Amino acid sequence: MVLFSRCPMCNIFWKGRNYKLAGMTKAKRPKVAVFKFASCDGCQLSILDAEDELLDIAGAIDIAFFPEATRRMLRGPYDIGIVEGSITTPHDVERIRDVRKSCATLITIGACATAGGIQALRNWKDIKNFVHIVYTSPEYISTLDRSMPVGSFVHVDYELRGCSINKYQLIETISGLLNNRRPNVPTHSVCITCKMNNNVCVMVAHGTPCLGPVTQTGCGAICPSYNRGCYGCYGPMESPNPSSLSERFNQLGETRHDIVLAFRSFNAYAEAFRRESDNYEK
Amino acid sequence: MVLQSGTKRILKLTPDGLEQILDVLHKIGFETIGPTLGNDAIVYETIGSIDDLPQGWTDKQEPAAYRIIKRNDQAYFGFNAAPQSWKRFLYPPDRTLFRIRRKGKGLEFMEQEENTAELALIGVRPCELEAITIQERVFTSSEQRDDSYLAVRKKLFIIAVNCTSSGGNCFCASMNTGPHAKENFDLALTEVVNANEHFFIVEIGSETGLSVIHDVESAEPTEDEVETAAGLVRQAESQIRKLDLDTTPKLLSANLEHPEWDEVSKRCLACGNCTMVCPTCFCSTVEDTTDLSGKLAERRRRWDSCFTLDFAKVAGGNFRTSPRSRYRQWLTHKLSSWVDQFGKSGCVGCGRCITWCPVGIDITAEVQKITGT
Ligand code: SF4
Ligand code: SF4
Ligand code: SF4
Ligand code: SF4
Repeated sequence: MVLFSRCPMCNIFWKGRNYKLAGMTKAKRPKVAVFKFASCDGCQLSILDAEDELLDIAGAIDIAFFPEATRRMLRGPYDIGIVEGSITTPHDVERIRDVRKSCATLITIGACATAGGIQALRNWKDIKNFVHIVYTSPEYISTLDRSMPVGSFVHVDYELRGCSINKYQLIETISGLLNNRRPNVPTHSVCITCKMNNNVCVMVAHGTPCLGPVTQTGCGAICPSYNRGCYGCYGPMESPNPSSLSERFNQLGETRHDIVLAFRSFNAYAEAFRRESDNYEK
Repeated sequence: MVLQSGTKRILKLTPDGLEQILDVLHKIGFETIGPTLGNDAIVYETIGSIDDLPQGWTDKQEPAAYRIIKRNDQAYFGFNAAPQSWKRFLYPPDRTLFRIRRKGKGLEFMEQEENTAELALIGVRPCELEAITIQERVFTSSEQRDDSYLAVRKKLFIIAVNCTSSGGNCFCASMNTGPHAKENFDLALTEVVNANEHFFIVEIGSETGLSVIHDVESAEPTEDEVETAAGLVRQAESQIRKLDLDTTPKLLSANLEHPEWDEVSKRCLACGNCTMVCPTCFCSTVEDTTDLSGKLAERRRRWDSCFTLDFAKVAGGNFRTSPRSRYRQWLTHKLSSWVDQFGKSGCVGCGRCITWCPVGIDITAEVQKITGT
């Protein structure tokens, strides 16, 4: 969660929006739209995966636009826009600006929308070379040279991290919006959740490198609960210190290249991870 | 031997006698929690018999490293502090405080049911015993009174185990909390194991302790046996790490701008592991949630840490944004302002924060650098 458009203390909407969710819940259900950009659809599937809760969701909101799930396509404006995927083409840039204009509250979901996704690995290479290898007629391809998070182009109200997102965080966020309260989406390390789960730390007890200390919580510390190091799916935590962790990885026998690869995955282009992998590539 | 009230409160017990104690505890309705092997560590979990204890195992602890290895004897309690302390049994990581339901035009408040667990903790180390006492002091103080903590605490049955060797990160001797348990237990054991014999010297610390051991087979120990046990505990007093209990509180608060705070913050990950594993850390946050319909709301309390950003977020901003200020808060509260607040240090010297810090930051080394001791 990075930005609050509504002050949790005084309930006033900032940025000049005279838009009120609280009264709206009673009058009519908020119109919700789900948009897809460059992504694998996994995060949208998390919405569908919330089977038990979906009926509640469907009762509480009006799903006006969700091509992955329904043929119903109501026009905007929408009360809540949920965006999956990164921005990779000039057309995406135009489209995300339109989406922003049509949505009162914008929520980005997943590593692609919040950090550029795994496809941001191409940001370290010259895109022209890929285009030539992949497409027989590269002259028809119009693309940006980098895969970028939505927040680089438009204002985002709420960010839900993860590859893929945790459906309970999405439900919590929608529920917070509907009930005019601040959603509980902590931004601290995975370690705190890991310890609350009573796990034995895999890094200390087994010597397994783990990105948990620099990664934002949200998944429920799944990997350490299964004796694996955290892969960093939720991106950098609120005050990450990757260089100290890399030094420890090094002491545990990881090579410089291993460290580059550890930080260069789903959230490779998130600033703290990007800088750390760059440092170790030099 | 059948024990009369008022007889000498030191006994000798065989491992079989310990098993009988567990049986008695089970019969009178206690859930027994004790050390057991789990996930390449010695963890505290529900145990059914002494066969669940990590017999013949020990742990090796260094900054940021923990390994279990085989001992060359069959000791039941030949190890030191477990990865996590007992605090989660008294002060659970996540607890619903109350729920509210919309009912007609009004609201219905539903208080959480009292925690009715009757727990017997088997193998509480002297440092941990002191930590339980410290948290109890916190949760009985008028500002932080927590009835659910007290409800479990009141019914707690504690079998302490004195340490006969200390771990690599232990420094209880200098904190005056171990390796010998002096009070606040029901029974305290010292394990003696050598080529010829394997027995426990038991000290009885309460009437409940006395009644539990009353019908258990035991013997009167010889003076030699008592002395052998005491000698083993004295051995555990030699520890590499130490902290000066008298000078540290003042010297820390006098050095709030010491350059070492900057140095340590370059290594500190602000991950919060130290506070999670610390047996005395008691901070929590409160979260309000609702269901989608808004008909049901819930207030939950979950563990928090002075290392999280939200911890110091108030209307108007955050007063501890830098990891430097957060590390300083942790160290100075634990070792200095805690004394002003509760009359005693907040550290018992268990060494967990050193072992379980992913980058091995050593609280005793930091204090030495900052206070110049
Ligand atoms: S296993 Fe990973 S996430 Fe869990 S405490 Fe250790 S470093 Fe943190
Ligand atoms: S700190 Fe002392 S009492 Fe605690 S485990 Fe170590 S030796 Fe035992
Ligand atoms: S500060 Fe460290 S050594 Fe002291 S009681 Fe807490 S975890 Fe144990
Ligand atoms: S001292 Fe160690 S365990 Fe504590 S927050 Fe810093 S890095 Fe994490």
